[in-house]
Amino acid sequence: MSEFLQFTFSGLTVGAIYALVALGFTLIYDTSQVINFAQGEFVMLGGMTTVFAAAAGIPLPLAAIVAVLITVCFGFLLYRLAVAPARGASPVTLIIITIGASIMMRGLAAVVFDKNFHSFPSLLGDKPIKIDGAAILPQSLLIFVGATIIVVALWLFVNRTLTGKSMLATAANPLAARLVGINTSRMIGMSFAVSAAIGAVGGILATPIALTSYSVGTFLALKGFVAAMLGGMGNPIGAVVGGLLLGLFEQFGAGYLSSQYKDAIAVVVLLVVLFTMPNGLFGKAGIERV
Amino acid sequence: MSGLLTIENVGISFGGIQALFGISLDIRAGEIFAVIGPNGAGKTTLFNIISGVCPPQQGRVLLEGCDVTGLPPHQLARLGLSRTFQNLQIFFRMSAIENVMVGRHIHEERNVLAHMLALPSVRRQNRQTRETAGGLLALVGLSDLADTPAGSLSYGALKRLEIARAVAGEPKILLLDEPAAGCNPVETEEIDEVIKTISGRGITVVLVEHDMRLVMKISNRIHVLDHGTTLAQGDAATVRSNPAVIAAYLGNRGTQHSAVG
Amino acid sequence: MARRLFASPYALVGAIVLVVILLPLILTGNFYLRVAALVYINAIAVIGLNLLMGYAGQVSLGHAGFFGIGAYAVALGPTTLGFPVWLSLVTGAAFSGLLAFVVGRPILRLRGHYLAVATLGLGLLIWMVFNNQSELTGGPNGMQVPRLMLFGWRAVGPIIWYWISGATLVFCSWIALNLINSPTGRAFRAIHDSEIASRVLGIDIARYKLLVFVLSAVYAAIAGSYFSLFDGFVTPDTAGFLRSIEFVVMAVLGGLGSILGSIVGAALLVVLPQALTVFHEYEEIVLGLIMIVFMIFLPGGIVPSLLARWRWRTA
Repeated sequence: MSEFLQFTFSGLTVGAIYALVALGFTLIYDTSQVINFAQGEFVMLGGMTTVFAAAAGIPLPLAAIVAVLITVCFGFLLYRLAVAPARGASPVTLIIITIGASIMMRGLAAVVFDKNFHSFPSLLGDKPIKIDGAAILPQSLLIFVGATIIVVALWLFVNRTLTGKSMLATAANPLAARLVGINTSRMIGMSFAVSAAIGAVGGILATPIALTSYSVGTFLALKGFVAAMLGGMGNPIGAVVGGLLLGLFEQFGAGYLSSQYKDAIAVVVLLVVLFTMPNGLFGKAGIERV
Repeated sequence: MSGLLTIENVGISFGGIQALFGISLDIRAGEIFAVIGPNGAGKTTLFNIISGVCPPQQGRVLLEGCDVTGLPPHQLARLGLSRTFQNLQIFFRMSAIENVMVGRHIHEERNVLAHMLALPSVRRQNRQTRETAGGLLALVGLSDLADTPAGSLSYGALKRLEIARAVAGEPKILLLDEPAAGCNPVETEEIDEVIKTISGRGITVVLVEHDMRLVMKISNRIHVLDHGTTLAQGDAATVRSNPAVIAAYLGNRGTQHSAVG
Repeated sequence: MARRLFASPYALVGAIVLVVILLPLILTGNFYLRVAALVYINAIAVIGLNLLMGYAGQVSLGHAGFFGIGAYAVALGPTTLGFPVWLSLVTGAAFSGLLAFVVGRPILRLRGHYLAVATLGLGLLIWMVFNNQSELTGGPNGMQVPRLMLFGWRAVGPIIWYWISGATLVFCSWIALNLINSPTGRAFRAIHDSEIASRVLGIDIARYKLLVFVLSAVYAAIAGSYFSLFDGFVTPDTAGFLRSIEFVVMAVLGGLGSILGSIVGAALLVVLPQALTVFHEYEEIVLGLIMIVFMIFLPGGIVPSLLARWRWRTA
């Protein structure tokens, strides 16, 4: 029982991070139809920049803020310099561009930072909290709380602010949005910036537990994508649910089946979703007209 | 039951809306048969069902007496059925003649190994296919545009190209989905000639069209659809004077100005 | 006159033969031969990928998986099955094709992003097997690859591999070009432009997509076998995500739908790291940058864009 509980806790913890990555994917996909393969690099930048900023002498909370800001800049630059100039290009072209951006950011991180694993201490300390025989790190609670705050804040932003509603409009119907005076290009840029912020915060929250390095982005992007697909590409609730579910599948799979092939679980989930329910749990089906 | 193509009681609905209901047609070999009706009447849906693009939920489709309901399009092609598309499904990255050459596919040798090794039989066949395709381009008046990429041809030319391509497979029956849509009077006249030539070769033509003058001029029989059901069927004169048909096109007022004059 | 000459598929094969034969006379030295051999080996894989992506219009972000199968086949065949190297190569190619056949049917029903990610997942799964099954494959550290025995004689060194890979490239290009100028090739291109029209014209698109997928997998496996035989050593990276992306970039950069483009693309991406040896750490940055810049400014690829310019000028 305690084992089951342990897997549940760790599953939800890592799932919360996947949920944040998936949310970032969804936001960009909704407004621009682009699948941003560089999403995982935002998470990596959040963690790595914080580590190195702190090492440079900046107090940790401030370093975290600096990291988020820098990542947001990267997100915006990604849109302006790489995605916007290629608007209307074929899906393959866009895929190559965002993968290229992700490779570039990884390379930059390896050069500017280094290739080692890094971490920083959790704000809440390292002493595990024992519940029913299972141990949960305080940082995990921080991850949950942080992720929840982000999801709620995003919801409020999108539904209660004018900018947020403009983004919703751009996502729903870009042409109509432009016709009512919304600068859709700016909205898409904003979605990239917000996605970057969400990713960065996720990275910062995860680092005390999962460590960070220049290469963590690749698999995170893949898993975040799988989570988004599982929940239904383009559906924010789906993204969160998909992330949590994937985290659980992974931890339970690793625990009961094989820890060696933990990463394969995400791929298997992806293939199952693609073949059996390509629209995910909460997605809508599309019809092609001839 | 004596027809080349028989549609029996076909029906289909999409998301709760009955697109077609109780449609029965009997198309005879060698004739030019038109299906007309206001927008949204279900004409293209009917074509999609006949050509295997989507199977009907009720009813059957019979080709030369054999039940071909729900067969996939590529198998129907081998049975002698071909079609064009309302929204032009041209191979834009290929040249005009290559488009028509693809139309010859069902008559070509499909041995992939022979293709990979460029055996003499394959090279001979390539030449033959190219010649045949060239002949068809001449038929539709596109000879001097043979090697032009399809993407740079005019709309009227593309309409004719698609017909040439559809005829390349020597079909028994050809479904033309709005062949004159978006064409000016000159282009429409050209399409008219092409259809007559094709029919003259013994190919049965089934036509969906909005241009009433074209339809009335060349069709042997006309079937009128409205809101997914049959309104009338008969020759041009019969259909033209049918009050229900006039009402469907014009609304219930103004029977004086017939759209089909 | 010149245009008709270039239009003939045999002109391209002839040109490749000329280059393969003449290159060693211009670029003497084992270093250059080694680089050229690597270009030829990669080009074989990229031509296969180009048939899939450029002609048939599909996408594969996991092609290194097949490359890796070929690479490991010549290492595992002799050690675990006791096969001679040449038989292991054939087995690897056959296994690769078989895997493509089995997985292809469901996967190729997908399109666009979905297909891309499914193939990415497939490639990752293959990589994970090579990476995790340490007892068999040596895990992340890789394993030794025995040398190819040609008529009782060890095939070692850049010279012999230059000629082996060059000859194979000529053969593979010839086959690819024959295919393109055949009903099968036209079917591929038709499927790329309009699946529904292809169906209606009698083309069984599922069959042709599967065919080109299997063929491209076999091409990749052969290239992979050559790669690890040449190197004498194989690591899981040969099946890795970055390698898959490199193949795609080679195909796209050189020009999708152009066999010559595949060779040019392979040349570009193989020569580049060699030129950057000093700046080795910047390799990924440069690769990423190239990907972005080229896709924005030259999405059609190098060879088609140059050809279009040339045609425009001589028109």
